Amino acid sequence: MSDRLGCTPSQTVGPFLHIVLPWPDGPYVVPESTPSAFWISGRLLDGNGDPVPDGLIETWQADPDGRFDHPDDPRGAAKPAIQGFRGFGRSATDEHGRFAILTVKPGALPAPGGGVEAPHIDVSVFARGLLDRVVTRIYFPDEVEANAADPVLASIDDARLRSTLLAVACADGGLRFDIHLQGADETAFFEV
Amino acid sequence: MTALVLPHYPKLAGVHPLLDSPDYVGTRLRHPLHTPFDLPQRLTEITGPLLGEGRLGEFDRDLTRQHEGEPLGQRIIVHGRVLDDTGKPLPATLIEIWQANAGGRYRHVVDNWPSPIDPNFTGLGRTLTDEQGRYEFTTIKPGAYPWRNNPNAWRPAHIHFSLFGRAFTQRLITQMYFPGDPLFFQDPIFNSVRDEAARTRLIARYDHAATKEEWALGFEFDIVLRGSERTPFEDTEADDDDE
Repeated sequence: MSDRLGCTPSQTVGPFLHIVLPWPDGPYVVPESTPSAFWISGRLLDGNGDPVPDGLIETWQADPDGRFDHPDDPRGAAKPAIQGFRGFGRSATDEHGRFAILTVKPGALPAPGGGVEAPHIDVSVFARGLLDRVVTRIYFPDEVEANAADPVLASIDDARLRSTLLAVACADGGLRFDIHLQGADETAFFEV
Repeated sequence: MTALVLPHYPKLAGVHPLLDSPDYVGTRLRHPLHTPFDLPQRLTEITGPLLGEGRLGEFDRDLTRQHEGEPLGQRIIVHGRVLDDTGKPLPATLIEIWQANAGGRYRHVVDNWPSPIDPNFTGLGRTLTDEQGRYEFTTIKPGAYPWRNNPNAWRPAHIHFSLFGRAFTQRLITQMYFPGDPLFFQDPIFNSVRDEAARTRLIARYDHAATKEEWALGFEFDIVLRGSERTPFEDTEADDDDE
């Protein structure tokens, strides 16, 4: 391993990320016309509970069949059944720290060793003041059994921290997922 | 699926800045206090978005040709390769860049220090790496600019880079600096990378071979993303064995 090249360090995205990073179609993991699509929205908040208006949220997920259109998936790359499914979402936060992506629920995934991962979405958070991204996961509140068997959720002993990974169902059919970078309500973050 | 063998991207020690870097005031209320949990690299982590040509506009690789006239400033060519840390090039991966103009002013609503906007410069670039992982932008050298982190604080000239690689594990946002900048010593963002060798990897190299006579100065900036370890699964695929 010692013959490996040195990796390029991370630096903060800074406050001017809006020049290039927010794409017009960024929030659309699936096209707006997708019948099963719903919004996941939330706020990015700092250690005082104040909104982070210069952040960027990115999401990455499997398709509803639990497949990826990617050559490194050992099951083979699979074209998603939903036309225009991208798997990737990107939303800058607004002046209230709000972000939103339009998506569909990913399928459960086989894990090495025979376990099953509950449906989840990987999240990267970038912001002015964050020198490297922080990573978290969104889980689904209606997947009670699958969540109970999920190896990543099970690895978090602290019930409060574990609960930060569960999105909250909204009356409009969407989900809410607030991200607290610091403090008493701090979200559970991962080193990937 | 009894045998699901996945590539593994070893974690990096001592390369990235600590999120809790108090000299950079913006970190104080934004760095998590809990130690992050270990996320095993499973299917979601070893895959990632493979974004193609559809994201590119005609002049996205040349930031000097996006308006009626040419922007003011020193015209430069920034080129390099995107590799993983095993030395394997990363082809067809999206790079997005953004930067200030020659006077150090960003075309952005929250930048209002008294340096003029250049009507001929947006400061936005995108490209895909080629088969050998190479990329190239034509732009102008950005200026240094003041910020309010501490008294008389100035950011060294830099270009922001955003890279995807091919897996969620490889996602990187960073900044490229210019060689010999006298402002390095006082910049808490540059110096948040504690390891000197790692910090040096953020600095482009002046590249006379890439300098175009009577046209533009050349700078070379290679970007190295985390690589994966060879696994039994990969060994059955002879096509990526290019060492």
